Amino acid sequence: MGDKISRRGVLKGAAAAGAATAVTGFPTVWAQNIKNITLNHTGMSYSTLIDIARKASEDLGFKVEMSVVDHPGLINRMINDPTSIDIADSEIWQAKVFVPQGTTQGIDVSKIETWDQVTPLYKDGTFAGKEVSREGDSPFEYMYRESADATSFATGPTGWATFVPSVYNADTLGIRPDKIDGEVSSWASLIDPKFRGKAAIQNIPTNGIMDAVMALQAAGEMTYGDRGNLTPDEINQTVGKLIELKKAGHWRALWNTFDESVNLMASGEVVIQSMWSPAVTAVRTQGVNCVYQPLKEGYRGWGNGLAMMSHLDGLKRDAAYEYLNWYLSGWVGGFIAKQGYYISIPEKAKDFLTENEWGFFYEGKAATAPITSPTGEVTNKAGDVRDGGSYEERFSKVAVWNNLMDNAPLLFGKWNEFNAA
Amino acid sequence: MKSNPLAPYLLVLPLVLVLAVFVVLPIALVVTVSFYRYVMLVGLQPDFTLTNYIDILTNATNLHLYLSTIKFTLITLVITMFIGFWISYFLVFKVRNTLTAIALFLVCTVPFWTSNIIRMISWRPVLGREGLINDALVQSGLITQPLDWLLFSDFAVVVAYVHLFTLFMIVPIFNSMARIDRALLEAAYDAGASRFGVVWNVVLPLSKTGIALGSLFVVALVMGDFFVVKVMSGGLSGSATSGISNDIQFLNYPRAAANAVVLLAVVMLFAGLIFRIVDVRRELSR
Repeated sequence: MGDKISRRGVLKGAAAAGAATAVTGFPTVWAQNIKNITLNHTGMSYSTLIDIARKASEDLGFKVEMSVVDHPGLINRMINDPTSIDIADSEIWQAKVFVPQGTTQGIDVSKIETWDQVTPLYKDGTFAGKEVSREGDSPFEYMYRESADATSFATGPTGWATFVPSVYNADTLGIRPDKIDGEVSSWASLIDPKFRGKAAIQNIPTNGIMDAVMALQAAGEMTYGDRGNLTPDEINQTVGKLIELKKAGHWRALWNTFDESVNLMASGEVVIQSMWSPAVTAVRTQGVNCVYQPLKEGYRGWGNGLAMMSHLDGLKRDAAYEYLNWYLSGWVGGFIAKQGYYISIPEKAKDFLTENEWGFFYEGKAATAPITSPTGEVTNKAGDVRDGGSYEERFSKVAVWNNLMDNAPLLFGKWNEFNAA
Repeated sequence: MKSNPLAPYLLVLPLVLVLAVFVVLPIALVVTVSFYRYVMLVGLQPDFTLTNYIDILTNATNLHLYLSTIKFTLITLVITMFIGFWISYFLVFKVRNTLTAIALFLVCTVPFWTSNIIRMISWRPVLGREGLINDALVQSGLITQPLDWLLFSDFAVVVAYVHLFTLFMIVPIFNSMARIDRALLEAAYDAGASRFGVVWNVVLPLSKTGIALGSLFVVALVMGDFFVVKVMSGGLSGSATSGISNDIQFLNYPRAAANAVVLLAVVMLFAGLIFRIVDVRRELSR
């Protein structure tokens, strides 16, 4: 019975995605009772997408469900209610909190069939042959552990991964070119008095502080030793400047969620702000011109990984490995490319993108036909080139990484002051 | 018939159980946790420390948040009380047909058929920089630049509070007024009272139970809110509860619990004040 249902799932999947699914050969676990398994994938709104669960359930023959939480919510659940999650879709720096708590198990990389194809950005800490920035929490630093149940990180590659590398991107500022005179080419524009009352910053301290650091340094108002790990003095001064700006009416709003940032931009309340790539896509699908503006100081990089919770064992763990392998097999990469994200094995995603899409999203080529969002709305017309260019061009310019600083408690306290000011 | 001496206790038992499980127990838990120690991003560690309370009571940010909450509470209270009183007055004394009055009363509840969040968010396209009001004002030539203070401001927060919570004022006041004997009003007019004199000296004193209960609702709702203030101020203003919410974000349950206890004390203080002015028990059993 399980057999039948799985096969039907594969057929359906094949019908939807062309012959590609047959090539990947999922599912490979054929146990009778696998259809009774439900894997819970919990993560943040930008990557925990229902479409992925739907497609995975179809291809794999067991059920994958998605729960969306915010950043603190994920850590909260992983530590206080670990058995309510099977796969945690976490941001890299979150590993610094959950690994010492021992609520996740190391992933045996020999069970990840395409491990050798995973981008060196995660595996070796290099990109396009060069070492990537270590300012902030770059993926490589938290990639490995010494054993399945180790509660600290290994310094170099081992057979046990903290997470399976998933999606990542290089973030920058979003702007409304139709409402801005002149060029925006530096992070300094975020705090330019010219945009008083028309700027917004994300209200997530770990990310917001990085946008502030980039802007203040670019404007020459601050200098930092290590932008990825501020000293108490640097934190006090940086947040102090944010508060000054708030009191001067510079911030139109502080946004907490993805949709808030979309609304702020689409409604014209804000013309320049911190933004995530899919939010830019969402604004553009509304027919509003929004640009994810490359800036000369470089990008703020971030990455996600899929961690396996400690309570998984036996058949359920097999199913989890199955899911992780499926995740890397291409469909997800193709799907999330359309919201501007990259996947840890780009070559696999290529099979699920048209030549036009691959050229536009990964190679920095001009679109030869309209480009659509994951949900099918047109975001770019033929002739458009992706903001910031090719995958290589964008990712080789990552200056800092999202992170959890050593002085995070101070940061959070100061950030509360910024909120209340 | 001889009554069982245990009967009153048995009768009161269900309520006691409900209160014990759903009120006393959770509050006891919160109070306990408020003395625990916080470990960075991990959560709580059983302990007995006053750090959390000292933190809450001496922290300038927190004081600022409480003052801001109290400001919103008082402004909202005054406005909802004024609107609630006159709507109820109109429904009870000016609409002659009882059926019409009830129909109109039900109309007041229509907004409640949609979710709280939708009612609040729907203010955004009205108040926004490119919203209905600004567009109308700019196009009619009354102003040249859109008014920024309409949205993402304290003004917007108060608008949403009033919209969301006025009904909680209308219902109890309506209820109190409906019980006023109309002969009293006739008598007052006959004795030479002016229209306003009747409202001030007869209707208002006899409605004060409703006003007190309504105030209690509004105070509790506004003081316990963090979402409306966050959405309508665009994250620029906070409330005492948003302090709690921020702490929970970083798993600082002990300080959040201590803050909850402090907030509870402040709300009780308000409730105490209200009950001091109006003896609701006596009025209700009147």
